[in-house]
Amino acid sequence: MIEAGDVRKTFTVRERTGRLRRTRRRVSAVDGVSFTVAPGEFVGYLGPNGAGKSTTIKMLTGILTPTSGTIRVCGLDPSRQRTALARRLGVVFGHRTTLWWDLPLRDSLALVRRLYRVEAGAHRERLDELTALLDLGPFLATPVRQLSLGQRMRGDLAAALLHAPDLLVLDEPTIGLDVVSKATVRAFLERLNTERGTTILLTTHDLGDIERLCRRVMIVDHGRLAFDGSLDALRATAGSGRILVVELARPEPPVAVDGAAVERVEGPRQWLRLPGDANAASVVAALAARHEVRDIALREPDIEEIVARLYQGEIPYTAAH
Amino acid sequence: MSVYPWIAWFALRRQAAYLAMALAEGLTNAFFGLLRAFILIALWRERPALGGWDAADAVTFSFVTQALLGAVQVFGGLDLTARIRSGDVAVDLYRPVSLQGWWLADDLGRATGTLLLRSGPPLLCGALVFGLRVPGPGRIALFAASFVLAVLVSFGLRYLVALSVFWLHDDRGIQPIALVLTLFFSGMTVPLVVFPDPLRAVAGTLPWSALVQVPGEVFLGRGNAAGALAFQAAWAAALLLAGAAVTGAARRRLVVQGG
Repeated sequence: MIEAGDVRKTFTVRERTGRLRRTRRRVSAVDGVSFTVAPGEFVGYLGPNGAGKSTTIKMLTGILTPTSGTIRVCGLDPSRQRTALARRLGVVFGHRTTLWWDLPLRDSLALVRRLYRVEAGAHRERLDELTALLDLGPFLATPVRQLSLGQRMRGDLAAALLHAPDLLVLDEPTIGLDVVSKATVRAFLERLNTERGTTILLTTHDLGDIERLCRRVMIVDHGRLAFDGSLDALRATAGSGRILVVELARPEPPVAVDGAAVERVEGPRQWLRLPGDANAASVVAALAARHEVRDIALREPDIEEIVARLYQGEIPYTAAH
Repeated sequence: MSVYPWIAWFALRRQAAYLAMALAEGLTNAFFGLLRAFILIALWRERPALGGWDAADAVTFSFVTQALLGAVQVFGGLDLTARIRSGDVAVDLYRPVSLQGWWLADDLGRATGTLLLRSGPPLLCGALVFGLRVPGPGRIALFAASFVLAVLVSFGLRYLVALSVFWLHDDRGIQPIALVLTLFFSGMTVPLVVFPDPLRAVAGTLPWSALVQVPGEVFLGRGNAAGALAFQAAWAAALLLAGAAVTGAARRRLVVQGG
C-alpha cells in the first residue's frame, strides 16, 4: 500500500545573522526514511514535535515533493500523480478542516460526492452508514462553524471516507477531543480497519490511540526511522520491563533480589524493575521468603513512559529492535 | 458533470449565509456611490466634456461601478491567502482537483452571489436620486460579458498575490501595494478618462483597467466594445496562464507552513 525508499526532504532556512546579512542553512526534515505498509495494516506513526512526521505525511499524500528517494502509495507516485492518488486516499488533519465553514455539514458532504465523482446510490448508502457509525444525524443540518470540535472531527472523518478510499492517513485525529469523543473516533477507526480492511496510517501524540488501535508502531526521530516494530516489541525494550510495587511491613533499605533492581523507595514501599524476560513469580517468592510483604502490584510497562525515555535519549532506539 | 460548477454553486450559497452583512455592504456601496457622484458632478461642472464624457456619464459610471466593486473584489483578497499563511492550503492540495481551478470556481460563485445580493442598493439609489443612463439589451449583454471578464482578471491578479505568500510567507507587505495599484489604475478612485494623456494611455493598457474602467465604458457605450472585451479577455488569459505556471513552481518548492 505504501512503499518509501530512502526518502529525504531538506528545506532551506534563511536566518538573519547581522543587520543585513542572511545565511542559508539546509535543514533535513526527513533524512533517509524507508518502510513499507501492507494492505489492511493499522500503523502508528510517532515522533517528537519536529521529528519529521508531518513532512512524511505531506510527501505520502503528494503535497510535498521529496528531495530524493522513492515513494509509491497505492501504486502511484504521489507528487506526480497527486490527483489520481487523491481519489484513492482519505486524509484527515486533526487541526485543519476540509469542511465549508459557513454551510451545513450536509452540503460539504454533498460537495465531496461531486469532488470524488461517487455515484448517487453508492453515496447515499455510504453516507447512511457513516451517519449511523459516527452519529452525524443530529448535526447534519448545522453550519460547520457551529459544530463542537468533536462533531467537526466526526464530520471530517466522514468527508474523508465517503469515496471509500483504500488508505486513510490521519494526522492527529484526536487532538483536543474529550474522552468520550476520543472513544467514538477510536471505535470507529477500529471497525473501519477490521471490517472494511481499510489501511490506516495514524500520526498522533496520544499514546492511548496507539495502544488501543495499532499493532505496528513506527517512531521517527531527527528525521530518521528510529523504531519499526510491534507494540509488544516496543514494550519489551531494554530497561522498560514491568514494575513490581512491593509494600513491606516496615520501611527497609532497598531489598536485594536476583532478577530485579530497586528503582525507588518511599517509606515501606519499593519499586522494582523487572527486565523483559524476568520471571515475576520467582521474584515475588524470593521477596516473600526474606521480607514481610503486605501487598504486591505488578505494573505493565507504560508505553508513554517508554516513548518519553526514547525521545529523551535515556534508552537507545537500538535497544528496541 | 464536472465538479467545478458545484464548487461555484456552493460558494454562491455561502454568500447567502450572511444576508444582513450583504445588505449592509450594499447600502454602504450606495452611500459611497452618492459621494463619488457628487465629487464627479463638481468636477464636470468645472470641466464640462472632460475626457469626452458628460456629467450624466460620470454619475452613471459611479453607481454602476459601485454595484460591481464587491463582485469584482476591487479591494483585493482571496481566502486562499490566509490558508497559505496558516498552512491550511495542505487541505486544498490533497483534493483531486487543480488548486487554481478550485479557487477560480469558488471565486466565480462568490462573485455571482455578491452581485445578486449587493448590486441592488447602489443602482436603485443612483436611479432614484440622479437617474441613470440605461443601455439597451444588446449593450447589457456586452456589459454582462465584460463583467465576467472583469471577475476573471480580478481573480487572476488576486490569485497571483495569494500565491506570492508561498515565497513571502506573509501578505502584509504585498496586499497594500496591490490595493493602491488597483484603486488607482482601475478607475475606482476617478474614471481613467480624467487622467492626463500619457498616464491615461498607460493606465488603459494595464490589467487593473479591466476591472472597473472597461466594464463602465462598455455600459456607457463609450469606445469600441469588441476591442474592450478582447483587451479584458487577453489579460484574463495571460493572468490565468501565469497563475497556472506559478502554481506549478509553488508546488515544486513548496513549504507548507505549520505542523
